[in-house]
Amino acid sequence: MQPFTTLTGIAVPLLRDDVNTDQITPINRDIDPDWAALLFANTRKRADGSDDPDFPLNKPQFRRPSILVAGRNFGCGSSREGAVWAMLATGIRCIVARSFADIYRENCLQNGLLPVELESADSDAFAARVLSADGAAPFTVDLAARTISGPGGGPIAFVITDADRLRLLEGLDDIGLTLKHAQEISDWEQRTRERCPWLQSAMDSRQ
Amino acid sequence: MAQTLFDKIWDAHRVARRADGRDLIYIDRHVLHELHAPHAFRKLDAARRRVRRPDLTFSMQDHTVPTTPGRSDATNAQSTPFLTAMREGSRKNGIRLFDICDPEQGICHVVAPELGMVLPGATHAVPDSHACTVGGLGALAFGCGTTELEHILATQVIAMKRLKRMRIRLDGALAPHVTAKDVALRVIAEIGIAGGRGHAVEYAGAAVKAMSIESRLTLCNLSIEMGARSGLVAPDDTTFTWIAGRPWAPQGAAWDAALAHWRTLASDEEAEFDREVALDCSALEPQITWGTDPSQVIGVSGRVPELASIEAGQEGAFRRALDYMGLRPGMLVAGLPVERVFIGSCTNSRLPDLEAAAAVVRGRHVAERVVAMVVPGSSTVKRQAEAVGLDQVFRAAGFFWGESGCSMCAGGNGDRGEAGERCVSTTNRNFEGRQGKGVRTHLASPATAAAAAIAGRIVDVRQMLAGES
Repeated sequence: MQPFTTLTGIAVPLLRDDVNTDQITPINRDIDPDWAALLFANTRKRADGSDDPDFPLNKPQFRRPSILVAGRNFGCGSSREGAVWAMLATGIRCIVARSFADIYRENCLQNGLLPVELESADSDAFAARVLSADGAAPFTVDLAARTISGPGGGPIAFVITDADRLRLLEGLDDIGLTLKHAQEISDWEQRTRERCPWLQSAMDSRQ
Repeated sequence: MAQTLFDKIWDAHRVARRADGRDLIYIDRHVLHELHAPHAFRKLDAARRRVRRPDLTFSMQDHTVPTTPGRSDATNAQSTPFLTAMREGSRKNGIRLFDICDPEQGICHVVAPELGMVLPGATHAVPDSHACTVGGLGALAFGCGTTELEHILATQVIAMKRLKRMRIRLDGALAPHVTAKDVALRVIAEIGIAGGRGHAVEYAGAAVKAMSIESRLTLCNLSIEMGARSGLVAPDDTTFTWIAGRPWAPQGAAWDAALAHWRTLASDEEAEFDREVALDCSALEPQITWGTDPSQVIGVSGRVPELASIEAGQEGAFRRALDYMGLRPGMLVAGLPVERVFIGSCTNSRLPDLEAAAAVVRGRHVAERVVAMVVPGSSTVKRQAEAVGLDQVFRAAGFFWGESGCSMCAGGNGDRGEAGERCVSTTNRNFEGRQGKGVRTHLASPATAAAAAIAGRIVDVRQMLAGES
């Protein structure tokens, strides 16, 4: 996984609540799609199929965003990880939201995309600064310092657990981390074979 | 210390606490599907890692499979790469695959319970947010992403932060033609689509106790629609009777030992939950969604909310939902003309769901210009339904009777509606575009969906049945 240290780039405001993963990446029938092209593929279009000029990601100043700014419960719905891959393919490596849906936040962490949750006052203040900057000047996210800085005011501090921060900073391989516990996994299996053998064995009784 | 059922299952499956503070939770049964697993197989291959427990892992073809009778790989060219990759990855890793022509193929959340792979007190993972369905049997189930799926394949554990606990007590007895689906929709309306975030939900109370397993599966299925990663019901005699004799469940002495353990699986009297919610279900009428998220729910006799009742800051979303759905504030939903009806999905495609729909349909005919589909949740359900003639009931009424799969729930196989169509659907998500670009989805129970197909408009199924009896 690519480490996340600092990120400087354009912040695009998508100040809606409850954006779901069907909106972020509509279900795709191609096993290896162009993920960038899928990002908000339907939501960014009008009913007649043309680009909606009012959709933030369609505006010329937001063609190459690095940071997406959203409302509450971002990424609810389906667990599809493509909804994170499409962000990365577009160059978005940080999403600042008032809150995230559980599985989406996990998928972000698994892919080196920094999910930042801001309390409501900070969130409102940051959103106002992003709207006012309107893509003309970049913001910088510093994960080591846990701050977002940029035009319109001083740095905004954010909270992230040390564990999640470390994992992103170092780009740690999650499977590698877990395999340090391989012996404990084997021990658990051994104990369970004795105590609850039906859990450790799955068989079709008709065969 | 007093523990909730969630705590008991979590602690029993906690292998270790990782350096980053996450618990490694052992996964007893891991069920994959072809929309996401191929990507994980590929990454596992690239990292030269092996599947740790192929014997506890199962592969299903469900999301992209055609529902056309007589289907094959060639029926739907866009699905072929998914089906092929799933077949290859499963074969290479020694995983039992329920392939497109397998007599027990079907939707992963339907097949795993019906074959007895899901057990009370066991953990279960699926790379699909509706993994929570199988909590209806007292299992602790997690939906996950593709990277987590790869992690479970390689290690047989999932690395998670401990969830908070919520109990939703459902009191009272349900009126006739009011179902678990109606209850679940009402709960989501009360709690909101983010109300369950960070929680595992335990459903309790008289209404839950009285529910069949199929109803409990429906109830738990919708846990994710309020943002909860997991939902479960404590197992009881209804559960044990339902599981007994299913082919992959323990048999003989192993069954007796398992049963003795399962009888200990309940939240302790004194156990504390982080949040408690109670709902009296006795006065509940059939529910239906009017908007574009599963919390936008009203009784079938109700009216679309007025702008004045909308929470400050949500007016824009409210207008957008109304606009998409082609509705006005204060409108009755009953009477809205319907062009499409879909009965199926992991939410409502089991035999009792089809029986409830057939009871409404029998002797009637689908209204002119309505396209109505029934897609059984598994090939087993399909066979059972055909054995009692339900396929004939639906076909005679003008329904399409399909092969099993996820079908129009997400349209991953190309089964979709047309822009502007109003669709009453027994699925779980009424998001914009979910069932096809511009399709206006109303979520409801199988009986309500069947009634809409017959009437050609949204109706109270109870009135339809009363009018003719």
